[in-house]
Amino acid sequence: MAGNRAASADPDALSWYEATARQRVVALADPGSVREFLPPTERRMSPHLPLFDLPRAFDDGIVVGRATLDGKPVLIAAQEGRFMGGAFGEIHGAKLVGLLRAAIELKPAAVLILFDTGGVRLQEANAGETAIAETMRAIVDARAAGIPVIGLIGGRAGCYGGGGLIAGTCSRLAVSEGGRISVSGPEVIETNKGAEEFDSRDRALVWRTMGGKHRRLIGGADAFCADTVAAFRRAALDLIGRAPAFDLDTLEAEQARLESRIERFGDCRDATDVWARLGVNDPDSVPAMDTRAFDETVARVREANHDAR
Amino acid sequence: MTLAEILAGLFPQGHSVQVRDGLVTGGGPFAGSKLHVVGIDGDTPLGVEGALILSRVVLDVVRAGDRAPILVAVDSDSQRMSRRDELLGLNECLAHLAKALLLADRSGHPTIGLIYGHSAAGAFIATALATRVLAALPGANPSVMDLPSVARVTKLPLDKLQEMAKSTPVFAPGIDNMVATGAVHVVLDPGKALDGQIRDLITGLQAGDDRDRLGETRGGRPVARGIAGAVIDQARLV
Repeated sequence: MAGNRAASADPDALSWYEATARQRVVALADPGSVREFLPPTERRMSPHLPLFDLPRAFDDGIVVGRATLDGKPVLIAAQEGRFMGGAFGEIHGAKLVGLLRAAIELKPAAVLILFDTGGVRLQEANAGETAIAETMRAIVDARAAGIPVIGLIGGRAGCYGGGGLIAGTCSRLAVSEGGRISVSGPEVIETNKGAEEFDSRDRALVWRTMGGKHRRLIGGADAFCADTVAAFRRAALDLIGRAPAFDLDTLEAEQARLESRIERFGDCRDATDVWARLGVNDPDSVPAMDTRAFDETVARVREANHDAR
Repeated sequence: MTLAEILAGLFPQGHSVQVRDGLVTGGGPFAGSKLHVVGIDGDTPLGVEGALILSRVVLDVVRAGDRAPILVAVDSDSQRMSRRDELLGLNECLAHLAKALLLADRSGHPTIGLIYGHSAAGAFIATALATRVLAALPGANPSVMDLPSVARVTKLPLDKLQEMAKSTPVFAPGIDNMVATGAVHVVLDPGKALDGQIRDLITGLQAGDDRDRLGETRGGRPVARGIAGAVIDQARLV
């Protein structure tokens, strides 16, 4: 499949943020182990984009397939943020749904979802939205069958809209500094509520409110990675080994965790206020921390680690 | 139909359903047993607090284990769009509500969505679209995004979009288009007794997720089912 150039990329050197979806998959998995389903050669392209005079992609902006990770069989999906912002169209969404349904039958060691999405593709909005609902149900079915579903978030498009809801349905999430997780994007909030509510040009505000470090500190993600494929690989292997069950006890614990978060931080204006209350000594220094310093900070924050997801 | 009219139709013997800050909770005697109701009324946006209030009720129902069905009645705005909601992890709260509903359905409480007004985006996904079967009443108006906003994002003229919307259900707002994609299973008849129609839906529930099959049959999502099936077929090959 995906070309030998990608296959030979050094996962320690390859930036997750800069890599394409296919490069991420190939470098993340064991060398030579990836087999793609409905690869670009099959040219399963959107039947809808031509109506809008928009270019199509041979894979509709998502790679799905199987591979091994440390010898264990996994199913992988990777969104391509460079095509239509990684957004969910009819085929894009159906490939992810099909992969998750296959997991329930094949029982792999895990399903990995490499998010890179702005949410629903508006030109195919109803199909995209429905596919997101189908994806969430299929993730729940897979988790209930004992299959960990691990989300990896560090791409250019972030993980927005329905992508954020899917991420919240996964067993575990790994995120890098550049990964952003949110429902309404900065531009959407600004367009609807004004720049006083959210100034989308204030990139530092975007990163503080939705970025990987904030999500990790409040327990919205379970691992923080440097921006390399190797770091995401290590995180994925670790998270597969400690995925919470999907049952009433887990959801009761998540209910308590989220209620407690709103009670404790509901009056905070800025992420730095939240971090201070979490016990971070110098909240203003968090955005500039390197991975090691940030890991040490996270280790002292009780709320960051839990099985309530 | 208003929520009050719906509740009167569902519960001829009376009910305990209350609406507070646009959030609907309660239940009543139904078909010889009980029907729980959660939902959103009055075009209310769904934020972190609202999502957790509804999920708390759903989890309490699952914990009690009476295996009674849960109706999710929706006339909402989209997700609440604010800096505060995103700071507090709105994606986790909305996903948590959806998971609670999906858990309830798996735990023997059939979940039935009923959209009788507006709903959009994250609020729609976390509520009505997280049920096993979704019914609508005529006049319901679900959307992902309204056409003027679609025009702004896609940079297409609004009149062209309105023309395209007539022949292309895949992107345009409205109940007919959501029926065509299979997201909405059925449109109810307001002229007939509501309790009987909901009871029939519960009796006729199918196992599994048949929304892509409906979308294929109805033509609103012509290729999704085939694509998902092809992925499964290729995944089976050694």
